Amino acid sequence: MPFDGNAIGGLLLEIFGSDMTSAEASCATCGAVGPVAETTVYLRGPGTVVRCRRCTSVLMVVARVRGLNCVDLSGLAALEVEY
Amino acid sequence: MAGTAVRGRLSWQVATVAAVIEETDSVRTIALDLPDWPGHRAGQHLDIRLTAEDGYSAERSYSIASADGEPVNITVERLEDGEVSPYLTQELRPGDQMEVRGPIGNWFTWGPHDGGPLLLIAGGSGVVPLRAILRHRQRSRSSVPVRLLYSSRSLADVIYREELDQYGRSAEVNYTLTRSQPPDWGGFSGRVDDAMLARVAWPASQRPLAFICGPTPFVEAVAELLVARHYLSGRVKTERFGGA
Repeated sequence: MPFDGNAIGGLLLEIFGSDMTSAEASCATCGAVGPVAETTVYLRGPGTVVRCRRCTSVLMVVARVRGLNCVDLSGLAALEVEY
Repeated sequence: MAGTAVRGRLSWQVATVAAVIEETDSVRTIALDLPDWPGHRAGQHLDIRLTAEDGYSAERSYSIASADGEPVNITVERLEDGEVSPYLTQELRPGDQMEVRGPIGNWFTWGPHDGGPLLLIAGGSGVVPLRAILRHRQRSRSSVPVRLLYSSRSLADVIYREELDQYGRSAEVNYTLTRSQPPDWGGFSGRVDDAMLARVAWPASQRPLAFICGPTPFVEAVAELLVARHYLSGRVKTERFGGA
């Protein structure tokens, strides 16, 4: 069973340098907007895959390659963090 | 933005096991000594990294069981097919060390300023971050009304039972036992359903704040029931543990 965006709080903190679970993610496919915490997250694959809870499109993929996190955000229309 | 490579910045620190407390046959609380811990908020979690002698490492997330300002405790349930939890619940001893990073996650957190009334719904070990919220509410002398609905397989599987039963009237604690109930059982039986929520959940007109934590199918089912009861989706916070 998939997890949710809470489960990648540590990974995203490592990448973005601030907490992203409360950040608002906008799906580039269906336009759904909601906190990263509410996305659907698959941890067991070769990378970490984050999907839209409404339309299941891929929002983000993170793959760790030779100590670097390779981040694909092309499924996101926006990612808004409150300061 | 695709394909950007970013170097890691969140640092791991070494935690020493201060104590272990057996909660049930398969669940244990681990008190951690973390000299550089910046403090946490009720509901947050941390990541643990264990590295074998051959260099193989595994990372897992665990909810923090203690309230703001308390020493860091985590509560771990042993998963029979698990890679990390059998070690943490069976092998780990006081004095052992592991790598920890955190605290993590500002979404699934509660403080007195967030208000209520609070509805906490737990499936199995999903009670862990909700216990931190209950403790924080009590330690901060918050008067926000709270109800907990805790779904467990049997009474013997209920984590923190003694502590939860101590709340008396200051927090309404309800159990539902899904697989077996003692002969004189006065609580709920079976899975959380709408009839149960009709008795336990605050009316939507009070603008309740709900926290649901547990296995993914449990959380999705309960969240749907609350939204059907006209709870505002922004005030239904969820955390999914995956699982069966």
